[in-house]
Amino acid sequence: MALSRTARHIGAGITKWMVLGIFTVLLAFPFYWMVIATFKQNIDLYNTENNPFTFTLKPTLEHLRLLFQETGYVRWLGNTALVGVIVVAITLFLSIPAAYALARLTGRWGQRLGIGIFLTYLVPPTLLFIPLSRVVANLGLQDTIWSLVLVYPSITVPFSIWLLMGFFKSIPRELEDAAMVDGLTRFGAFLKMVVPISMSGILTVVIFTFTLVTQEFVYALTFISPESQQMVGVGVPIFLVRGDVYFWGSLMAACLIASVPIAFVYNLFLDRFIAGFTVGAVKG
Amino acid sequence: MVMNPVTPSSSAEKQAQSSPPISAGPEGSQLKPKWDKIKSAGAAQSPLLGAAMFSPAVLYILLLIAAPFMLAIFYAFSDARIGSSEMHFVGLENFRSILQSPSFRKAVDNSIIFTVVAQVVVIICSTALAIALEKPFRGRGFIRFLILLPWVAPVSLGTIGFKWILDSIYSVITWLLIHIHLVSPLNPPMWLGEPGLAMGSVIAVHCWRLIPFSTVILLAGMTAIPKEIPEAAAIDGSGFWRTLFQISIPMMTPIISVAVLFGTIFTFTDMTVVYILTAGGPYDSTQTLPSLAFFTGIQGSDLAAGAAISLFLVPVLVVIAWGMLRVAHSAEVV
Repeated sequence: MALSRTARHIGAGITKWMVLGIFTVLLAFPFYWMVIATFKQNIDLYNTENNPFTFTLKPTLEHLRLLFQETGYVRWLGNTALVGVIVVAITLFLSIPAAYALARLTGRWGQRLGIGIFLTYLVPPTLLFIPLSRVVANLGLQDTIWSLVLVYPSITVPFSIWLLMGFFKSIPRELEDAAMVDGLTRFGAFLKMVVPISMSGILTVVIFTFTLVTQEFVYALTFISPESQQMVGVGVPIFLVRGDVYFWGSLMAACLIASVPIAFVYNLFLDRFIAGFTVGAVKG
Repeated sequence: MVMNPVTPSSSAEKQAQSSPPISAGPEGSQLKPKWDKIKSAGAAQSPLLGAAMFSPAVLYILLLIAAPFMLAIFYAFSDARIGSSEMHFVGLENFRSILQSPSFRKAVDNSIIFTVVAQVVVIICSTALAIALEKPFRGRGFIRFLILLPWVAPVSLGTIGFKWILDSIYSVITWLLIHIHLVSPLNPPMWLGEPGLAMGSVIAVHCWRLIPFSTVILLAGMTAIPKEIPEAAAIDGSGFWRTLFQISIPMMTPIISVAVLFGTIFTFTDMTVVYILTAGGPYDSTQTLPSLAFFTGIQGSDLAAGAAISLFLVPVLVVIAWGMLRVAHSAEVV
């Protein structure tokens, strides 16, 4: 009996490591593959006789040089960063006061309105991009990054309000009450007490918004055509392909460089985003 | 838009006079004694200040989500085209022609097949992965980072990575299969060029992207399950697998449904993976509703037909929203 339990225990352990091993390899493989292609010489990369997993010839920096010097990549990264910063500012401006109002000032109706706003997060860009393309054209914003500055907050604001509502609710009310006894107005207490101690929640919204701007594809593809105005997520898959010729080395380098930093930062804040997704199915 | 807070003291006084009792959440009732003292200082709810603070966001959402949605419905009954400012009401004409088109039927079938197959695979794999990752061990953080990469990296760039992995000549999968003599080098599989393989590839990329997301959702849910119950079962002699299937997994049902609801939305409404990987081809064999709406409405300039196609996403969204509300509601009641 004791023996069989030990055996079972070992069996479960082996199963666990097999599951972890197989999935880690399958999920991370495309990124390993990007690293290999980024540094491989073309005659090595395009020779099916060579082992594709290792370098048969010396690694090269040629693909990176091509990417940074002869394509719009740097420009696209710049566009993405600019749109990201502006959309973060708009998102914070709209969602922080709204979340506080719905969490604290408006009682049951605030809670219901909050759930309503969260549900708008479920409306996908693929439902709205056709009418919005007309709206953007009529406003004269087509082919500029300002079209995205206008539209992206519609994706980020609902989820940010939802995240921040949860955050504000966890702050003890006594804190604001004490501040108001000390003579601050309600709004003053919100600005001087609540916002500063909610910094980690606000930072989560900043990261969420910024990564969403880098990940969005449909609106950026629909609203913007010229190469110089592209976001990195559209520029790389559409404009790094010349005719039917793929520059795989540079293409993979472009994917890798844009993905890994975002992945790294996102990973740090992951648990907080997930708290937003679990809609209260998880308590505490 | 200027935030114009009504002076809180006055609004709080109004509140105090016409005051409905403060909503008695668990925390509210504990604080009752204090409330009375503080009310005069202007605590409690202030609906006016609240409205002033949330209305900019609500207005923005109405203008950029609700209004375009109405516009989409309006377009679907019109003959709007890119490049022409004239528009006429055409009734159900768009829907009639869409429903007769074979591309549309293929797109509906594919959207359903891709979503259902991907969700089944994702849930099985992510449950296994979440259970394997649950207990702390050395290197867990690093493994979690690697596992999460597909979800946190921009989807269009990850998909480009797969386009290289599935290349018709230089595919690493083909290379492996040739070297273990499963396929002939003279007739390599065209991963993105044959309808069946292309559909499989699209599904595989969706799974690759959603398994990490689903795994972290499940991990978050598992921390909320009381550890005592599975432990007690183990002490009573229930084996690992029996505890797993009869106790742990049933207790995870609410969180699994959250993962499925989000996963369904992310797959069903996605067009990035299809657009980059196959552009709907070969011969519409991987076309989905969102990609068909794009090709018809934007590239084909037929805004009206595109809008009508995208409206077919709505029934699924409504079901998902209903499911979300149920999950949120049951969590409140429990």
